[in-house]
Amino acid sequence: MALVTTPATLERAVPAMDNAEVLRIRNDFPVLGQLVNGQPLVYLDSGATSQNPLSVIEAEQEFYEQRNAAVHRGAHHLAVEATEVFEDARQTLADFIGADYAETVWASNATEGLNLVSYALSNASLWAAQGRGDARLKDLAIGPGDQIVVTEMEHHANLIPWQELAFRTGATLRYIPIDDAGALRLDVAAEILGRKTKVLAFTHASNVLGTINPVHELVALGRQAGALVVLDACQSAPHLPLNVKELDVDFAVFSGHKMLAPTGIGVLYGKQDLLDVLPPFLTGGSMITTVTMERAEFLPAPQRFEAGTQRISQAVALAAAVNYLTETGLDRVHRWESELGQRMVAGLESIPGIRVLGPAAGQERIGLAAFDVDGVHAHDVGQFLDSRGIAVRVGHHCAQPLHRRLGLTATTRASAYLYNTTDDIDAFLESVAGVRSYFRV
Amino acid sequence: MSLDQLYQQIILDHSKVRHGSGLSGLAAPAGASTGQSHQLNPVCGDEVTLRVAVESGKVAQISWDGAGCSISMASASVLSELAEGMTVDELHGVIGTFREVLRSRGKVHADPEILGDAAAFEGVARYAARVKCAMISWVAAEDALNQAA
Repeated sequence: MALVTTPATLERAVPAMDNAEVLRIRNDFPVLGQLVNGQPLVYLDSGATSQNPLSVIEAEQEFYEQRNAAVHRGAHHLAVEATEVFEDARQTLADFIGADYAETVWASNATEGLNLVSYALSNASLWAAQGRGDARLKDLAIGPGDQIVVTEMEHHANLIPWQELAFRTGATLRYIPIDDAGALRLDVAAEILGRKTKVLAFTHASNVLGTINPVHELVALGRQAGALVVLDACQSAPHLPLNVKELDVDFAVFSGHKMLAPTGIGVLYGKQDLLDVLPPFLTGGSMITTVTMERAEFLPAPQRFEAGTQRISQAVALAAAVNYLTETGLDRVHRWESELGQRMVAGLESIPGIRVLGPAAGQERIGLAAFDVDGVHAHDVGQFLDSRGIAVRVGHHCAQPLHRRLGLTATTRASAYLYNTTDDIDAFLESVAGVRSYFRV
Repeated sequence: MSLDQLYQQIILDHSKVRHGSGLSGLAAPAGASTGQSHQLNPVCGDEVTLRVAVESGKVAQISWDGAGCSISMASASVLSELAEGMTVDELHGVIGTFREVLRSRGKVHADPEILGDAAAFEGVARYAARVKCAMISWVAAEDALNQAA
């Protein structure tokens, strides 16, 4: 007699998150326990930056109390220990996204990671023109007549580096449009992408619309065109299981501070064969083999892209954050946050004068919602909510072209994380319902 | 500090009435020298384009177009009402006083004798993120005055 265990029963064995668990989680986050304007803090701005659990704060403190030293140099005890924890942290991050160790490059944040890729690519053009470096750089070189393709929903971090790359190389920047429900027009994408397309860069999940983009379909279009595919994973890596090899993207970036870690640390993933041939972006110490008065030879990845003294304590703290997320289970976090996102949108849609951006209630979205309040500017909405202890983001959320496309200049955005309860969402909704009457609209 | 001290009734009223609003269709008085300034707050997208017409050393007309939060719109409205008829020097003085109050983080009180309805913005000084909202039209007026001079 065989005992058959199906994946479905395995899944049932891990209970879904609920408010009781979230309340226990909240105990790990000291900042969440405070009163703001006399009210318990309801933090709904994790899409901008998340809060740190004690284990992360302690990991950083422990590094400074016990191991602080420069890495990859010095033969002394602390230098060895610091190097070990720094490189262990890299392995933790590599495992977290399904990458190999040498494919995992530290960056200050996603913005720096994207700038690194864009500058490495324009350097590739320079090197290829002068016959420097690997012969494969000729294929990566970008010039006049080539195309760089992004989408209308990009955060400025995944837009301006490509605008500037187009400026430096003479390439043309093109946009995959969105439909009115906030989904990418894949039919138009198929028309835009062609053999002149050298780069296709897009966000995994929109920081404004909450849309989760169809990565597989987009990667397939990119592959057909022979383009490099760059994924902005800022709003996905912290919130849902992510495997860069399964997604088959060439590059991916995300920021630590949006996933329970401190500011100043992020990750750039790049496929090994690309990182091995791409010229560096920043140059200096720690990334070279031989230096003469004329020129330098560079280390392979990841060190090739890590010039200067690194953000060691932040990397260690980011690994602690990843451990926290992994122990909680990102599939569980994702399901919980989807529930919170649906609760937000359903609630907002029932309030007169509110226009929610992106997918309607019932449609897939991550745990955030941006909205317009008819007759009340987002800044005033945010101020009103703050007076009730509710922290949200107001403005264009670093996505001006998207807001212009939607006919808006500024919106209010609530974004949840694993430490938000359904009560947080209800408190937020109750306050939003009072905004228009307060401002006499 | 309560929200009502920030959003005083006078501010909510002005944000709707928008005194001086509407640049087009309003020609500057013949013979007046004019200056126009466009100011943008990139953080929230508040935008004001303000024009002043100066005649014989006095503000003959002030008008503006803009989009933004209630604080920025009310502030432009209050400024327009206050400024007309003032001499250029008086208006420069009032702008300086207003800026001093707004940048004081609540330490300098607004004198209604000098600032009129603009004294209602005293509470904004305690909200560092909102000071620019209140200042945007006043910065535009200062720039426009310098051009008209």
